[in-house]
Amino acid sequence: MPVLWIVIIILAMAAIGYVMGRQRALASAGGDPRNLHSLPSYYGSSVAIFTMVFSFLVLIVWLIVQPIVIENQVAANIPPEMVREGSTLGLMMSDVRRVADGLDQAVSQGAMDPEAASNIRAEFTDVRDRLGAIGVALGSDVGPAVLRAAQRYRSLNATGHMFMAVVVLGLAAAGFILAYLRSHKDFRARNVVETTIRYLLIGAASIAILTTIGIVLSLVFNTWEFFRLYSWTEFFFGTTWSPSFSGRGGSSELGFVPLLWGTLYISFIALAVSVPIGLFAAIYLSEYAGPHMRAIAKPLIEVLAGIPTIVYGLFALLTVGPMLLSVFGEGGLGWMQAGTAVMTAGLVMGIMLIPFVSSLSDDIINAVPQAMRDGSLGLGATHSETVRQVILPAALPGIVGAILLAASRAIGETMIVVLGAGAAAKLSLNPFEAMTTVTAKIVSQLTGDSDFASPEALVAFALGMTLFVITLGLNILALYIVRKYREQYD
Amino acid sequence: MTDATAATGAPAQARRPFASLLTLDEHTKRRNATEARFKAYGLAAVLAGLFFLVVLFVSIISNGIPAFTRMVVELDFTLTQAQFDEAESQLLKTGAYQGYFVEGFDKALEERGVEVEYDAAVLDRLIGKVGGIMREFYAANPDKIGEEVVFELPTSSRVDGYFNGRLKREDVSDSRFLEASDLDLADELYEAGIIKSDFNWTFITGADSGVDNPGGAGIGASVVGSFFMMIVVLALSLPIGVATSIYLEEFAPKNWFTDLIEVNISNLAAVPSIVFGILGLAVFIQFAGLPQSAPLVGGLVLTLMTLPTIIISTRASLKAVPPSIRDAALGVGASKMQSVFHHVLPLAMPGILTGTIIGLAQALGETAPLLLIGMVGFVARGYPDSFLTGFTEANSAMPAQIYTWAARADASFYEKAWGGIIVLLLFLMTMNIIAIILRRRFERRW
Repeated sequence: MPVLWIVIIILAMAAIGYVMGRQRALASAGGDPRNLHSLPSYYGSSVAIFTMVFSFLVLIVWLIVQPIVIENQVAANIPPEMVREGSTLGLMMSDVRRVADGLDQAVSQGAMDPEAASNIRAEFTDVRDRLGAIGVALGSDVGPAVLRAAQRYRSLNATGHMFMAVVVLGLAAAGFILAYLRSHKDFRARNVVETTIRYLLIGAASIAILTTIGIVLSLVFNTWEFFRLYSWTEFFFGTTWSPSFSGRGGSSELGFVPLLWGTLYISFIALAVSVPIGLFAAIYLSEYAGPHMRAIAKPLIEVLAGIPTIVYGLFALLTVGPMLLSVFGEGGLGWMQAGTAVMTAGLVMGIMLIPFVSSLSDDIINAVPQAMRDGSLGLGATHSETVRQVILPAALPGIVGAILLAASRAIGETMIVVLGAGAAAKLSLNPFEAMTTVTAKIVSQLTGDSDFASPEALVAFALGMTLFVITLGLNILALYIVRKYREQYD
Repeated sequence: MTDATAATGAPAQARRPFASLLTLDEHTKRRNATEARFKAYGLAAVLAGLFFLVVLFVSIISNGIPAFTRMVVELDFTLTQAQFDEAESQLLKTGAYQGYFVEGFDKALEERGVEVEYDAAVLDRLIGKVGGIMREFYAANPDKIGEEVVFELPTSSRVDGYFNGRLKREDVSDSRFLEASDLDLADELYEAGIIKSDFNWTFITGADSGVDNPGGAGIGASVVGSFFMMIVVLALSLPIGVATSIYLEEFAPKNWFTDLIEVNISNLAAVPSIVFGILGLAVFIQFAGLPQSAPLVGGLVLTLMTLPTIIISTRASLKAVPPSIRDAALGVGASKMQSVFHHVLPLAMPGILTGTIIGLAQALGETAPLLLIGMVGFVARGYPDSFLTGFTEANSAMPAQIYTWAARADASFYEKAWGGIIVLLLFLMTMNIIAIILRRRFERRW
């Protein structure tokens, strides 16, 4: 039975349960809602909740667990000597899945009867041909081992799904009956419903924790796997980055230093552009600008923050790069070979971060109490002296925090560097040379690759891990500085 | 101030014997100049920010508009039944149609009084192999045989580029794709009104067309992919985000568990988007076995990314509902849960929806995580078969499609990428305007 049907049946049962539970409670109170403990709708809801919550929980868990269990069982049944030369168990399992899907399709299209699908033998039938005839393309010929495993996979899956339907619907029915029988005028339905809702709220709130755990686990496991294949000292201290995809392992040099250098260099340029502009803009808008100017300029600058990074990436690649090239390239100063360079990416990233720095600083400058400005001005300081000698020192921890947050954004930024910074990993001081960053290499190592066995693919997880740690560290540092050095004025 | 004390010193007194309130002394002038300079720096910074904004938009619009138009060869053409039968009986059927087309072309030239010498190979280079297109058309519409049909045939991407200024005449080097002399013919045809500019519907409705066909590339399929992702994001992040915010704002006791949730949410808001892509790849595809490149997976990843945004804005709008509302509800006998769901939540709804729309707009523009889970542009080869398969069939999304175009070697795709950005920004602008209207109309100030 398809999952969709199970879901629909349970929803229908819940709807019926709502009506029936409500009526039973009302009947037990003699038709007068005033005799009930709770409002009638709570009795209905409690039946609906009991029908749905447990059965859906089990359904979800089952759907996640069953493929893993079956996969393991089938894989364990493939004898190691049957795995073909130059192939792995993982590749073979994906073949198995594809053949099983193909058989399913063949049965559903009527090209094969279910009996035949589970009994055909690769020795007598060309399975690839027969599946090809109904539009299921297979990469290679289907060997007997793969076919047998696929048939086993199918039968296990079918049994699993049948059991799932029985268990889940059984649970729904049990919940329904239990809650229905309890629908009596003295039953404290509201308390039950509200407790359940409360737990659902807690469950929703825990998703944030689960996400963090998911991120950390997926990074840690794959990084661990990577460091089993590749030495960690060479990764962290290696100064060459030259992955090769042809030779498995050994021939690749995966040094982290040039990527880190590119990341920091680009981020530095981005901050060198965005911090002065952002800070001065914030000072001007909060201290000098009249209400009209502020009402127009502030939202307009913030538009820069709402533009997707892919737009900035394209802007770097096709507008800023060629522009810089015409000034610093062959025709001009001769420092630049191609449009993609550290300068290009840094400049554009700086533009992206201007609103980030300016609106954070703006908030912080506005939080400095007016009395301090008045005091300074009253002593005869000019406006700019007040800003430099009174407001900025008072707002400094917040501004440093804002700059650190901007730095963490710059380090984690992907699309601008993928398109604007080039692909060569270099250790160089020339800002007009192409360099690459941690994020750009994560994209290039993982895009379109589904085989996670090679160090060349797994290195992306190690890169992601370091990126995660660096940005997290910067954020925590920023929060710490803001909290520790914040002056309390109230 | 130190300036003041220095000024009263005896030696300083000697420096300005004719001190007057009406003339400014050196020191004050300097301070005033510094003041003016400081103010100018600030103004310059603001103007720089606005300047960048203007440059960005000008380059988007000027580069992107050509993607919405294309040059077509428009030709009235009549195919008789006899011609059709003869062509179908030949061995090289498309060749025969090609011949008819050239005849029709000659006639059109004659009608408009254009006299040019050309050979049939030039036509191939200008508009490609038309024989196949014509044969397909007449095979699909046999009733059109014998009637006059207006054919609008898109010109090749190089000719297209010549007309919208992407390709300069002096840059044309003779090749099998285009020769410089072909452009003379193209110019003549343009003057004669046979080649004309037309709105490019293929770009709006089409799918990715592969590396070597920039003319047929369209953003339609990836818009559909983005749409399915947004459904997933909306369906998951709104209820989960609102539930989390209600718990944290209204029910959570002050303990370590609540602190843990708070810390996690603020950290997730700062995690780089690419890390979410790694999470999606490892957990949803590697571990849970969901299909690669599916909008469902993209939606799940973007949901996790959008949640912090929605939670933060929802909490702000729940906080803005005054406690007197809650107290009044509790006072007339509502339970805590009833006071929240019946009174606080409806009052906070405009703010919550505004935050949700802004979160969705962010998610719509996100690219990096989608690349990792395989939603790259070249998988967007067509529309999904049905509504349900739309979630699981391999598809791309608008920003990923733009990235794929931008990363291709053929410069004709750049124009498509800019055009794609205009489409993307139109969607984002619409969403933000809706959010602003919602806020202006429904938000209450207490």
